[in-house]
Amino acid sequence: MAKAEFDVPELQEYVDVPEVEEGTMAHVKSFVVTKPEHNTDLGFPGELVEDWHDKALEKLDDLRGRYRSLQVFLDACVKCGSCTDKCQYFLSTKDPKNMPVGRQDLLRKVYRRYFTFAGKYFPKLVGAEDLTRETLDDWYNYYHQCSQCRRCSVFCPYGIDTAEISMAAREILDSIGYGQKYCNEIIAKVHKIGNNLGLPGPAIENTLEGLEEDMVDDFGVEVKFPLDVKGAEVLLVTPSADFFVEPHVDGLIGYGKVFHEAGISWTMSTTASEAGNFGMFIGSYENMRRVALRVREAALELGVKRIVFGECGHAWRVAYAFLNTLAGPFDFLDPDYPVPQHICEFTDDLIKEGRLNLDKSQNDDMVLTFHDSCNVARATRMGDKPGGQFEIPRNVIKAVCNNYVDMHQDTIGEKTFCCGGGGGLLTDDLMETRVNGAVPRMTALQNAMNEKGVTHMAAICAICKSQFTKVLPYFGMEMDQIVSVHQLVGNALILTTQKSEGDDEEQENDD
Amino acid sequence: MSFFFALLFILASLVFVVGLTLKIIQYAKTPVPLKIVTTPAPVTKSGVVLRMFREVVFFESLFKSTKWTWIFSWVFHMALLLVLIRHLRYFIEPDAVPAVVWTLIELVQPFGMYAGFGMVLGLVGLFLRRVLVDRVRYISAPSDYLMLLMLGFIGFSGLMMTFVVHTDIVAIKQFFTFNGGQLPADFPLIIHLSLVALLMLIFPFSKLLHVPGIFFSPTRNQVDNPREKRHIVPWAKALEEEQN
Ligand code: HEM
Ligand code: HEM
Repeated sequence: MAKAEFDVPELQEYVDVPEVEEGTMAHVKSFVVTKPEHNTDLGFPGELVEDWHDKALEKLDDLRGRYRSLQVFLDACVKCGSCTDKCQYFLSTKDPKNMPVGRQDLLRKVYRRYFTFAGKYFPKLVGAEDLTRETLDDWYNYYHQCSQCRRCSVFCPYGIDTAEISMAAREILDSIGYGQKYCNEIIAKVHKIGNNLGLPGPAIENTLEGLEEDMVDDFGVEVKFPLDVKGAEVLLVTPSADFFVEPHVDGLIGYGKVFHEAGISWTMSTTASEAGNFGMFIGSYENMRRVALRVREAALELGVKRIVFGECGHAWRVAYAFLNTLAGPFDFLDPDYPVPQHICEFTDDLIKEGRLNLDKSQNDDMVLTFHDSCNVARATRMGDKPGGQFEIPRNVIKAVCNNYVDMHQDTIGEKTFCCGGGGGLLTDDLMETRVNGAVPRMTALQNAMNEKGVTHMAAICAICKSQFTKVLPYFGMEMDQIVSVHQLVGNALILTTQKSEGDDEEQENDD
Repeated sequence: MSFFFALLFILASLVFVVGLTLKIIQYAKTPVPLKIVTTPAPVTKSGVVLRMFREVVFFESLFKSTKWTWIFSWVFHMALLLVLIRHLRYFIEPDAVPAVVWTLIELVQPFGMYAGFGMVLGLVGLFLRRVLVDRVRYISAPSDYLMLLMLGFIGFSGLMMTFVVHTDIVAIKQFFTFNGGQLPADFPLIIHLSLVALLMLIFPFSKLLHVPGIFFSPTRNQVDNPREKRHIVPWAKALEEEQN
């Protein structure tokens, strides 16, 4: 068990809807930006401005004029309560401001007070409130306890999406110089260096060379991990975590093997060495666009014909749903393929075409289940049919391993629970929120382990993988129970030239 | 009294129509810069029409979420619809509309009469839920209770007229079709009409904006085709041109 400065919730058989208990998470405050340049690099004031009150209202007014979602969502809520038991953060913290509508109301009450007739003249009647320093701090604390996972929006009769509200709130906070350290520091890094982890080009090159050597040592095959290769067919854009930590890097090895076997030339790029786009988390169109444009630049620079994204949830949302808007049109790419493609779509096609030689038994040491990442599940698609985002990753997993079972129906697919660390919360200063937010997923996993003998959970999101690696031990599980989907693919994939020599070698090395 | 109600209803109608129109214009004019549809979502326009139909008529998402709220809410809304269709006969002459429409209005009459009970029942359920479930109580402002009470009393006073103390429908119809009738001075009718006027007055300023809102909700009404078709709004386009 990891040590914690807070009470780690104990997993029960079910996640019961708790009675509300006000203020249980009011003390959780993600670190605020301390170095002004982390704000100014993003185009925001370096620190909280003096006239924040008026500036915040101005920004709110500006945003509701530019985003229909915000305007309609602020107006339309009837407080029916449908969303109140849907958020993973509420379910285990009991804090009513972590209920989707409770979270939204922090902004809505201010909107009503200053921008609606009823709120201006009858504030008490309609629950409208002045914007005070207290409310501002509530915004900061609670909008940074929302992983923007959109689970609530599935259940709202009007599709009100708390993610939209929390993005708007974060943009307002940024616009008055009250930004969150974690997100803003990372975005500043992407703008400067090219990826979230701040890995410079040579470091990436080093890692990739190392991987190539490992391939030769392990399989006797020259599997390449190309970087900045002009004229390659495919540009692979993947989260930078794939370059250096387990289990992410095993996923990267998987991609490499797949490309190798498919015989499709590919490359990664130092310009676009990051699939993630935290611009989305802070709701800033401008920053999101700036980050997204690197992908376009890299594709043009390298003269590729296709763009494929690696395993990352919010990155896939930005890629699938926003990239064409932010950095399109992509008419210079091969029109026969969707732009961009998900690596799972790519691999799934190859499997269907029978172009990969797979030995499922290589994964026989595991009984697998799959965690649907929230952004993939509720904000994107794979393939050409609705719901392909659920089927395609499962098809891939089932094609490469013998033992697969799903977790409880209410915790997968469009109803999937967030890992607890998405949306810009993947920072140690939010550990209490993250551990609590993981409870519904951990409960479902534990049940699957007890009832169906599940040993490992696969995911296609860098944030999910990092989050689970960190929180699994809090619940008495092992951190390596979380695996990459393409790690499984990599395990099962028999490399062509490996067959002749590899077969005997395999026998010798068998343990 | 008739004079007072005439004024009140002219004012209420004006506020209702103008207010609602302005809101609809505001929603329609506000851009949607990004594709944010909640997936899995239809990939064609006709698919979206179907999805919206299921949301508006069956409250599909609410059904997925909580069966109790759904039951009360759906009974309330469907009963309300029947009641409102039945009410049309107070405002239109049979020969002013196509025969089918009138037949429909006539057809609904018996159902509409009893639908009033459904409406009140649904409202009672929703009210109890608001009072009894601590999560819903926490998010409720006074206006949320009052809205239900108001609708409840409209229904109750209407039912009183229909089943207990009948009122002079012909006179009411004459009044509302500008044929110079005097409103009967019946207590339930006064309550009924005052609250209905209030309902119309607050409509554009309250959560009743969920009615136009649902049709404008981007997470429900967008087609899921961002890769196939580039989506860009004027302000985003301007930003793009400014920076390129
Ligand atoms: C397009 C037509 C409409 C649709 C699709 C619709 C849909 C909904 C839905 C899904 C809810 C949430 C569930 C609930 O709390 O009951 C709701 C609530 C509500 N609706 Fe509607 N509605 C429509 C028209 C109306 C109209 C015309 C009125 C009143 C004149 C109305 C009054 C209400 C009220 C008062 C609530 C809140 C109930 C509560 O407090 O729990 N609705 N509506
Ligand atoms: C100016 C508008 C309205 C007028 C003149 C009006 C008038 C009436 C009258 C005269 C009755 C009695 C019918 C009878 O004796 O058979 C009635 C019943 C009723 N009214 Fe209204 N009403 C109006 C608006 C509304 C609205 C907006 C609602 C709902 C929100 C409503 C709900 C009801 C209900 C539930 C009943 C009882 C069931 C029925 O007979 O349909 N009324 N109304």
